[in-house]
Amino acid sequence: MSPAAILRTVVLAGAVAALEIACRTGAIPPTMVVAPSTMLVGAVEALDDPEFWRHFGVTVEAVAIAMSIAIVGGFCTGFMLTRIPPLRRAVSPFLASYYSIPHLAFYPLLIVIFGLGRAPLIVLATLFAMVAMILATMAGLDRVPPVLARTARIHRLSLLSEIWQVRLPAAAPHILSGLKLAVAYSFIGVIAGEFIMSTEGIGHEIAYAYDNFNNRRMYALILIVLALVTTFNMTVFAWERRMLKRRGL
Amino acid sequence: MSAAALAEVAPPPPQAGAAEAVHARLRGVTRVYPGRAGGPEVHALGPIDMDLRQGEFFSVVGPSGCGKSTLLDVLSGLAPPTEGSVEFEGARIAGQVPDGVGVVFQEDASFPWLSVEDNVAFGLRREGVDAAETRRRVDFALGFMGLRDFRRAYPSQLSGGMRQRVCIARTLVMQPRLILLDEPFGALDQQTRLLMGDELLRLWRETGATVMLITHALDEANLLSDRIGVMSARPGRFIEIVETGWDRARDSSLAERPEFGAVTSRLWTRLRGESLRALGQGAQAEAAR
Amino acid sequence: MTVAAEPAAPGARPLTAALGALRGPALVTLAVLVMWQLAHELAGDVAITAPAPTLAHLVEMIGQARFLPHLAETAMAFGQALLIAWMGGVLIGLCLGGSRLAGEAAEPVLVTLYSIPKVTLYPVILLLFGLGMQAKVAFGAFHGIIPVALFTLNAVRNIPAVQIRTARALRLSPAQRARHVLLPAALPEVFAGLRLGFSLTLLGSMLGELFASQRGLGFLLMKAIDLHDVETILAIAVLISVFAVAANMGLLAIDRRLRRGAAPAGHGA
Repeated sequence: MSPAAILRTVVLAGAVAALEIACRTGAIPPTMVVAPSTMLVGAVEALDDPEFWRHFGVTVEAVAIAMSIAIVGGFCTGFMLTRIPPLRRAVSPFLASYYSIPHLAFYPLLIVIFGLGRAPLIVLATLFAMVAMILATMAGLDRVPPVLARTARIHRLSLLSEIWQVRLPAAAPHILSGLKLAVAYSFIGVIAGEFIMSTEGIGHEIAYAYDNFNNRRMYALILIVLALVTTFNMTVFAWERRMLKRRGL
Repeated sequence: MSAAALAEVAPPPPQAGAAEAVHARLRGVTRVYPGRAGGPEVHALGPIDMDLRQGEFFSVVGPSGCGKSTLLDVLSGLAPPTEGSVEFEGARIAGQVPDGVGVVFQEDASFPWLSVEDNVAFGLRREGVDAAETRRRVDFALGFMGLRDFRRAYPSQLSGGMRQRVCIARTLVMQPRLILLDEPFGALDQQTRLLMGDELLRLWRETGATVMLITHALDEANLLSDRIGVMSARPGRFIEIVETGWDRARDSSLAERPEFGAVTSRLWTRLRGESLRALGQGAQAEAAR
Repeated sequence: MTVAAEPAAPGARPLTAALGALRGPALVTLAVLVMWQLAHELAGDVAITAPAPTLAHLVEMIGQARFLPHLAETAMAFGQALLIAWMGGVLIGLCLGGSRLAGEAAEPVLVTLYSIPKVTLYPVILLLFGLGMQAKVAFGAFHGIIPVALFTLNAVRNIPAVQIRTARALRLSPAQRARHVLLPAALPEVFAGLRLGFSLTLLGSMLGELFASQRGLGFLLMKAIDLHDVETILAIAVLISVFAVAANMGLLAIDRRLRRGAAPAGHGA
């Protein structure tokens, strides 16, 4: 392990240990934070609970749908915008300010339109994640070194071939970073929405546990969500790192 | 323009007894770009009249910004001429890259996501050449360019010079009849340049292709070429075409001969005035911004 | 020799440039209004109220005396959160960026924190800070501090090594080095982080208000949801969005100026 990794592990382990001690000795009351060991126990309990898995499935399904639409739709939209410059110019200012607006402010509106259920959740998360993918796709295609496009023309590739064989691979690192964001935002969108206003899903379960003063369950669920999201993100990060390494980036 | 000046700019009369076939021909070619945001248009090139003889090694030298790269764009079919005609192997080309042309660019054009081997095989695979033939030609090109040991490496792991060799190999493998190179050794150090120059000559001899090299290094042009076209400052036109008369079987030891220095001096004499003009043009452009 | 183009009349260029810059946003605003109206036609008043009445309602709401305390509450919470996020984030980023080991160790942690749905930690914030202003500020600051720290960290790490060597060759103290070399060199990228931190802090503060308070725009929003008062829901959403976009554009303008590259006057030769 690199020195940085060792330092990180030591610090994190130390923090967890300190928290454990503080909780056990009562320095931090369980009404505020429960001990990490208790969280783990609660997590194991939850994993045993079929109800938990039902909610888990609901959440994961929503995230998967939102992610897929955001990535594919975002990529296609971004690609299309690079081929139609006037449209891109018109839409640009909107896209630039998109992430400055607190999206969740519009969530109530979506509920009013779609009713309570999974639809507003998925729509919100998709909208949240899609623009990151659009922006990254455009940035990636913009940054294809012109000499590579000219090489494609020298090889007399058809336009489709040029795009598929040269432009897209060249743009891949940027597009992949957009994909990372889309993944993260899909999770955030779904879980935040579930938390605020839903009758199902992990986000809702966390809120429910909080309302019922069930701290052990609440922290356990939080832990599980964080573990899930982190694992997913790490996988994507690792994939990206491998790709970048090969290209010497 | 005075008659004397006009005579300078007109193409040299065909050499007596020169029966070489013409591989490519430019007549009255100009290239004009529309100005930026309503500014005046840019006359990048021309008018150019030029005959590229079959199998010759022709270099183009000229001050920066004179349109050398534009000439390459027009000749290769990457850009259509604004006026005039471009013919390659008897057929007119206008903005379309014909079969049989290979280009090596100034910047690194290797595909970072492909290994050296896959880079070199790129063109063959796109054209649907069968696997056995592809493998044979790729092996040959890799061997020719000294890349056999690096076939599985990725461009990011190679030096600039090696990456250029990958690009040359990728061009070689398509067996082009006309090879255009745009300052391919620009980013390399002098020693590597000399070695690569020798390699280029070897390539030229063994493939029998026609080669046009754009370079700003006068001694490089002198060493490598049968003929050297000297371009004026923008808009670039040929102010002289120098015949070197060197042996086909030449290499970098040519530089030791006294006649060699004379040619280089002659090139510089022609170029010096144009380079000053180009420098002045550059300063004007800055001031206008 | 080409003839130089006639220069434009003095003073004309800045005005036309300014108008040109406004054209994009104006078109987009128009498009948004049009789409809004269309959505209203399709969905009806029960789901989406039309632009004109909604905006009228908004203006009326702002005029009411009982609205101002809510606005003030949100502004206070957001302001405090932003201060903490910006200053805290920059400080953390500078410290981590200064040491290669610390930076390398901390970055994955920060990136992970950035990608998790922070809303899941909302109950924790509530437990730690109780209901009320503190929770809102904490939640908002938590959202914003991470990107600011991340961007600052990267900004410091990306400073060309040759500039740092120059600072050392000039024998500057660490504090001088930070102030006169590190900070100006890192400023453009740091500012990009501040911009992102602004938006996220706004989001976090708003989220914080949804549950933790009896006052503020978030609280009004929740009340409107309970009463199914679509007009008010939309009005508040629009108010927040307009503020967010306007502020972002202002920050973007500053960002662009920072990137023009010229060092500010008074710094060295």
